[in-house]
Amino acid sequence: MLPQDRRAFLKLSGLAGVAFASALFPGHPASAQAADFHFIQFSDTHWGYRGPANPDAEHTLEKAVATVNVLPNQPDFIVFTGDLTHTTDDPVERRARMKRFREIVSALRVKDVRFMPGEHDASLDKGEAYKEFFGAPYYTFDHKGVHFIALDNVSDPAAKLGDEQLAWLAADLKQRHADDRIVVLTHRPLFDLMPSWDWTTADGAKAIELLMPYKNVVVFYGHIHQEHHQNTGHIAHHAAKSLIFALPVPGSQPRRAPLPYDAASPGKGLGVRDVAMAQTAKLTEVGISGA
Amino acid sequence: MIQRRVFLLAAMATAAGTVRLVQAGTNEVRISAKKFEFNPAEVRLKVGQPVVLVLTSEDRIHGFKVPDLGLRAEIVPGQETRVALTPDKTGQIVFFCDVFCGDGHEEMGGTLIVEA
Repeated sequence: MLPQDRRAFLKLSGLAGVAFASALFPGHPASAQAADFHFIQFSDTHWGYRGPANPDAEHTLEKAVATVNVLPNQPDFIVFTGDLTHTTDDPVERRARMKRFREIVSALRVKDVRFMPGEHDASLDKGEAYKEFFGAPYYTFDHKGVHFIALDNVSDPAAKLGDEQLAWLAADLKQRHADDRIVVLTHRPLFDLMPSWDWTTADGAKAIELLMPYKNVVVFYGHIHQEHHQNTGHIAHHAAKSLIFALPVPGSQPRRAPLPYDAASPGKGLGVRDVAMAQTAKLTEVGISGA
Repeated sequence: MIQRRVFLLAAMATAAGTVRLVQAGTNEVRISAKKFEFNPAEVRLKVGQPVVLVLTSEDRIHGFKVPDLGLRAEIVPGQETRVALTPDKTGQIVFFCDVFCGDGHEEMGGTLIVEA
């Protein structure tokens, strides 16, 4: 199914939100065109959260899995951009939440699933438990001509990538051509989206500087619990919705407190994202059935 | 030796956790951090008056970040972290913990209220 056909289906089924209209890669046409494929981005599932911002928290993730499983055109793979679990001071409970999270997402029909940590998963123990369950917190992989780079800006509790990871990133990028298609996945925004709400990465500007020579770079991230699109130069940064509760528009209120739960519209502000990767690639926000 | 004039802030703390500085020349303000709050969470300063914020932690490492002033420090238990600043205009300046410290970290912040 072509991306356009898939979006048409999603709209007909009532699952789709508004497709983001801009092409993913703003640079010149790459020398080696990527094949048509799509993936799904989950973010900020916060398994283990209990609170008034989502009275249905015990079921939202399962509903999201079920929603994606009935998409007629299954994605090539699925990424989770952090905050898989809600934080806890108890290391035993932290591992119990990760174990249960992993059990729930194992029901996804698509078995190629990539994880990365959020601060709720990794900041209290510098990623120790996360690595036990999900492996390396930063890594690369390639898929049909696109180079994916997963960055970890949360295992350091001060929200840094750190010099070691930045050197690793620089070494990886040296192997790329200027017009390669590159997708960066991370949890926190790499740029200063809203510094007074701590919506930034302390040394994210260094990563962006390393990425700037490459013409076709796009960043997908989470953390801010809402759809958001912003460029730093030619690099587009797209934030995804959460699957636990929505947060306010940057700067719209004094504090970044969760938006109140709306019993009349319980899934409001929640969802996953379909990313169709082709020359006319677009993003489609997908609501959660039954949420 | 420079004699540092220190105002006794404890006597000025209100029930709301606000500290009001009323004496010209006051130049130290103590702020204590613990999960998930600063005490006081509101600090009133005078525009143009140099001040040193003396930061301490009661439990674990916290951060102290003031993006509008380009200030950032870590607060380590058992140590005093001293941050000097001179507000140059009136208004409210947000500060917060930027070292993730648990479920409640996102609410750990406060305000510097700069008055004429």
